[in-house]
Amino acid sequence: MNITLLSGSTIGSKTRTAMTYIKTSIEENYPDADVTLLDLAEYDMVFSDGRDFREYKGDTKIVTETLMASDVIIVGTPIFQASIPGSLKNVFDLLPQDGLRDKVAGILVTAGSAKHYLIAETQLKPILSYMRAQIVQTYTFMEERDFHRKEIVNEDALFRIERLIEDTMILVETYSKAKAAKEEQYGF
Amino acid sequence: MSFQDYRIDDSRGLEFGLYTLGDHLENPHTQTRISAQQRLKEIIEMAKLADEAGIDVISVGESHQDHFTTQAHSVVLSAIAQATKKIKVSSSSTIISTSDPVRVFEDFSTIDLISGGRAEIVAGRASRVGLFELLGYDLHDYEELFEEKFDLLLKLNKEEVVNWEGEYRKPLRDAHVLPRPANGHLPIWRAVGGTPASAVKAAYQGVPMYQAMLGGPTSVFKRSIDAYRETLDGLGHDPEEFPVATAGFFYAADTTQQALKEYYPHINEGMKLTNGRGFPKQQFAQGAHPQNVMNVGSPQEIIEKILYQHETFNHQRYIAQMDFGGVPFDKIMKNIELIGNEILPAVKKYTAKK
Repeated sequence: MNITLLSGSTIGSKTRTAMTYIKTSIEENYPDADVTLLDLAEYDMVFSDGRDFREYKGDTKIVTETLMASDVIIVGTPIFQASIPGSLKNVFDLLPQDGLRDKVAGILVTAGSAKHYLIAETQLKPILSYMRAQIVQTYTFMEERDFHRKEIVNEDALFRIERLIEDTMILVETYSKAKAAKEEQYGF
Repeated sequence: MSFQDYRIDDSRGLEFGLYTLGDHLENPHTQTRISAQQRLKEIIEMAKLADEAGIDVISVGESHQDHFTTQAHSVVLSAIAQATKKIKVSSSSTIISTSDPVRVFEDFSTIDLISGGRAEIVAGRASRVGLFELLGYDLHDYEELFEEKFDLLLKLNKEEVVNWEGEYRKPLRDAHVLPRPANGHLPIWRAVGGTPASAVKAAYQGVPMYQAMLGGPTSVFKRSIDAYRETLDGLGHDPEEFPVATAGFFYAADTTQQALKEYYPHINEGMKLTNGRGFPKQQFAQGAHPQNVMNVGSPQEIIEKILYQHETFNHQRYIAQMDFGGVPFDKIMKNIELIGNEILPAVKKYTAKK
């Protein structure tokens, strides 16, 4: 199983810190999974021009092809100006319209204020569902106070992250099994 | 203009054609791939068999990337023109955006003369855009390149001596464009994608539309065709004078279940390579529904679907894609046989104007 952790910002450390924690935890608890952390701060991306995702070059191609080859994508995002960062939106724009079909998508949000709690609900989930992802309904929301010097310092936040990972893996398992059983019924 | 100008005689019923994108893919059932040379020969052979079976049209597309082999589609069409007698020789489609319209017109006029007036052009914008970089064009000009060059192609078709100026090609001054096609001009269609907005563009140009439809409810595609005809009407044209064609997946076998089983791996594996992702099984399963445009099933079910589509669209031509994704030649032959013996006679019988 290919799991990609997409850290959606080119600046800041909170999202990256949380995604690194997720990576370590999945590697420990699900040793059979292949986990890749894509931190957009480390990639030189071009803007989408509508071409096939395989026809981009360089870093952009690495990011699009890694995501398209994933079974699971956990999207980590900060909140900028009451929305997801442009860098993250661009990644969605680079992919096909139905590019997340049959992929399970989990969400982790880091924000400067609790006022941003519903941003993922109103702005990120619609994109993921439009692109046909199987969305893990509950997401992890973290704030400034949960971090100190690039470490997660709130134990409750760690529990919530662990639950996000578990919920994501449960959805992958149930969805893939149920889908396989349904496809078996088609008889072709 | 009228149906006659597009060489369509609808008193003889719905035209039935075959089209190929010229894909060159592995047969997923055997995991083997024939050579590019053999694939090209089989495409020409498919055209010959279609001609002998009484099929009305054969068309070949151009895709300039891996997994395809008819990049020089007009050359392939020329070979088909020579190898066949009655069948119309068409493109599916010609990417006018990345070609010189003068050369395209010269090529297809030549095919028209070789074939005795059987050639036509379906111009498209390209759904796979790899050819822009290969042929030295900027993808940012995607829309304008097509519109300008398509307009020029239409002008070349109307006027033997052309004066023209545009942004993406050197001007033409009293240019004598030869050879002229058999009956003075070629039928030129516009390929249309999934949305009514795309269909309306064909109406603006006053050309017949060619609707691509991979799968989905017949009623959804009717919206595009209705929008096309309404726009023609609004512009002062008579929609009755403009033929409409549809194009989609086709595969016949003795039973529907067998057809789905045989064709699905070709479509799914083929699309993974050519489009980057497969065809969802759920959508393919829905394709078997009588009101879904995908003509995959037993001959009887396909006949009923085509007749339902004809009743809904009142279109003049349907072309079938049944060789995608490494379908072996014996299955292509079997399909042509089922079309010639069962499907075509029934479709003609029920759609011919009495």
